[in-house]
Amino acid sequence: MKKRVDFSASVENEMRLFLPAKSVNEGMARASVAAFCAQLDPTALEIADLKCAVSEAVTNCIVHAYRDVEGEIEIDVKLCEGRLISISVRDKGCGIENVKEARQPLFTTDAEGERSGMGFTVMENFCDEVRVTSRLGKGTTVVLLKRLHK
Amino acid sequence: MLRSAGQVVFEETAEGLTVHVNGEIDHHSAVSVRREIDERITMSRPKRVYLELSGVDFMDSSGLGLIMGRYALVKQSGGELYVADPSLAVVKMMRLAGMERMIRLVKHKKSS
Repeated sequence: MKKRVDFSASVENEMRLFLPAKSVNEGMARASVAAFCAQLDPTALEIADLKCAVSEAVTNCIVHAYRDVEGEIEIDVKLCEGRLISISVRDKGCGIENVKEARQPLFTTDAEGERSGMGFTVMENFCDEVRVTSRLGKGTTVVLLKRLHK
Repeated sequence: MLRSAGQVVFEETAEGLTVHVNGEIDHHSAVSVRREIDERITMSRPKRVYLELSGVDFMDSSGLGLIMGRYALVKQSGGELYVADPSLAVVKMMRLAGMERMIRLVKHKKSS
């Protein structure tokens, strides 16, 4: 069990990004977050982990939250004291009925396609903590927390 | 012989079909990569397919679906699929999913 990240640290810099939920924006979203986080001088491995986690969260918004409808994704990146990075990925899509179930490895609602059901597992493995809040019909917020090495 | 450069490059050898995939594999790019590979596999039904992934510098879980789907497709027509020279990004993701227990990772000398 991972220790919960103490998130009372003060915010030192912040970036907010709003983008349409289109798959073509996935690459831009993770690259933008990586570029913003680069000011903390992370290792190549830390950047790779962050990019992957962001890609999973953004893909979930497009594939699940909005499915075939248009929508907006809000990404809020906070660089906090103690080299803590908080990345919130928010949608106003359909919401997740059962968050606990959705976080299980290999769980997917997409039986026809080729989704691996590993999205949340990747986020959890590549970050220190992942917080998910969701309301049916209102949307989902995924917060990725990662502390960089000194 | 190599086909024109792109994210997916095919190479027929005596051993079978080698599919070189380059760049970033995410949910967006997986669509066209999948279409290209499936067209080729359906057409030529190779016995051995080497998915050569040394040039993949980013891959998220969409890539896992892509690999598993191609593995199933090749298997269906009686062939075998191998993942050749996977980059660190690919290995990390495959390990996380326990996929290397199912699909053989091989070294494959690039002829190009």
